[in-house]
Amino acid sequence: MIANMVQALNQALSQEMERDPRVVILGEDIGVDGGVFRVTEGLLQKFGSRRVMDTPLAESGLIGAAIGMAAFGLRPVAEIQFMGFIYPAFNQIISHAARLRNRTRARFTIPLVIRTPYGAGVRALEHHSESTEALFCQIPGLTVVVPSTPYEAKGLLTAAIRSDDPVVYLEPSRLYRAEKQDIPDEPYEIPLRKARLVKEGKDATLIAWGAMIPIVLKASEIAEKSGVSSEILDLRTLSPLDTEAVLRSVKKTGRALVVHEAPKSCGLGAELAALISENALLNLEAPVLRITGQDITVPLAKAEDFYYVDADRVVKGIRRLMEF
Amino acid sequence: MIEKFDPLKGEIFRVLDEKGRLESRFEPELAAEDLKKIYSLMVLTRAADQKALKLQRQGRLGTYAPSLGHEACQVGTAFPLQKEDWVFPYFRDLGMYLTVGYPLADYFLYWMGNEAGLRTPDDLYIFPLAIPVASQIPHSVGAAMAADIQKKNIAVVCTFGDGATSEGDFHEAMNFAGVFRTPNVFVCYNNQWAISTPRSRQTAAKTIAQKAVAYGFPGVAVDGNDVLAVYAASKEALDRARAGQGPTLIEAVTYRMGHHTTSDDASKYRLEAEVKEWEKRDPLPRFRAYLENKRLWDENSEKSAQEKAAETVEKAVAKAESVPPPSPEDIFRHTYKETTPQLNQQLDELGELIKEGRK
Repeated sequence: MIANMVQALNQALSQEMERDPRVVILGEDIGVDGGVFRVTEGLLQKFGSRRVMDTPLAESGLIGAAIGMAAFGLRPVAEIQFMGFIYPAFNQIISHAARLRNRTRARFTIPLVIRTPYGAGVRALEHHSESTEALFCQIPGLTVVVPSTPYEAKGLLTAAIRSDDPVVYLEPSRLYRAEKQDIPDEPYEIPLRKARLVKEGKDATLIAWGAMIPIVLKASEIAEKSGVSSEILDLRTLSPLDTEAVLRSVKKTGRALVVHEAPKSCGLGAELAALISENALLNLEAPVLRITGQDITVPLAKAEDFYYVDADRVVKGIRRLMEF
Repeated sequence: MIEKFDPLKGEIFRVLDEKGRLESRFEPELAAEDLKKIYSLMVLTRAADQKALKLQRQGRLGTYAPSLGHEACQVGTAFPLQKEDWVFPYFRDLGMYLTVGYPLADYFLYWMGNEAGLRTPDDLYIFPLAIPVASQIPHSVGAAMAADIQKKNIAVVCTFGDGATSEGDFHEAMNFAGVFRTPNVFVCYNNQWAISTPRSRQTAAKTIAQKAVAYGFPGVAVDGNDVLAVYAASKEALDRARAGQGPTLIEAVTYRMGHHTTSDDASKYRLEAEVKEWEKRDPLPRFRAYLENKRLWDENSEKSAQEKAAETVEKAVAKAESVPPPSPEDIFRHTYKETTPQLNQQLDELGELIKEGRK
């Protein structure tokens, strides 16, 4: 079917709920309203209120309850309405979801997916534009996934639901309706922990994910015109990282540019730069560079563009890499 | 019984007075064998708890949260549980663990510093004790919701202290339980102290039990040093849960006779006189007097129960101490279901260090 990312996610949820009676979904406004972005539209009608639960407005309680459900034997998919509202659930995610497998030596495991829209670039209200994925990437036991196209969104969400470990599934709200794609009607999985080679190239590797992928593609085309051939890697799973894919590509091109919309300092770009320098220093023609959001609170709509990464900034980064 | 004691009026349900004499018409119907079993479990709990303190002082066990004084709360709550019920305990719940049949050796093993002790045996449904205060309460509600979804006719018990009732997770979980009418039994062991913070600093409410009223389900305060009162309330709440009548909050009013943990010094913040006052209400002699009045217990049975408890404890200590320390593989293996290249590399590097002689 021809689907945007919202429809692709909806289909993944619907098909997994059909396939596995243990899959239930819960969250704020996800039932009758179908979610504020309509990702869960129609699921209440299809699966009933036992499996599609509108919960009270309490993020820690909702994630905590989902952890209990998962331990009990269900496979809950919990929605946090915006990433900016996930912080009350931090304790539950970090202290319990991520570590119960280890602390019970696998007697109790938490097959839980936490979906949440994230990222800027949609002129949203305050607290609706965060991209704090790095906060989750340092937590052992968590898997952090970000889709970048409708096709990817369906396959990755399907894999996340089937995973026996907790997955934080971050949906770039900027991409929800940005692109339509012909995606398979039948269920399919895209394996977690595997990066996607979006485009092959020989001079530089551009590493990105989520809403940065279309921007990086555009920048790559621009750079192509001045004779720079860039390879694009979509990480898909931010943690645990597909280090092999990163190193393979960087060893080939000898140059790496990490692009993320999260603030620069202590962002995932720092981890990637360290990974590359630890393992591929002698292959490098230039230092690893980062083009990222600024180290500031995401501004409101009128100044959002000063924060955001665009193709021009990425092109500049590529130029600096090549001119080093 | 639960609906007859109004928490808003500060009413507290008890079966036995402080001397162990029957003072209520709600004496639970328990077979003589069960009554003796309950008392024996309380004796075992105290013996195991005292042993843990000794081991800690000898450096054989880590920081420990003692259960002294909570035996009636713990055993009374746990005794009416059925095999398929789920339990979400907190870190001061030794009697709960022992009553549901958790291996004492494993309980010691955990406090000795090995997570392997938290691996619940496959035929038990007790969650690993929660350290972050109140964070286990939402889990218990989720498990109860899941039981409902899967149409399993079970109850889910969650225990916590009075300090936990100040946490957001307590309120969020109570609210979920009320809204979804879950088969939960929440039991607050109100032991008057959250480390150094007295009960009066946790809430201005007259009772903790009354908080249930705001969430739309019953709450009852019981004498937490009267094991029959705790048992009767727990039994009734569990029956209600299994019958689809929704959640109950039980406040078991007790006292933390020991320090918060072995790293704490309670004399810094509370008066010895207060402790002395509560010593008179010790749940063990009180229940023993009841048994003796019923001619179910005497010096000989006491002696034999104490000896049996001591033997069980010694065996458990020996077993726990015979468990080898975790290997590097043990501590890496359960981070994810499938390991990662990063973890493998770190494990290899640790292996190299060990080979080079690092202990």
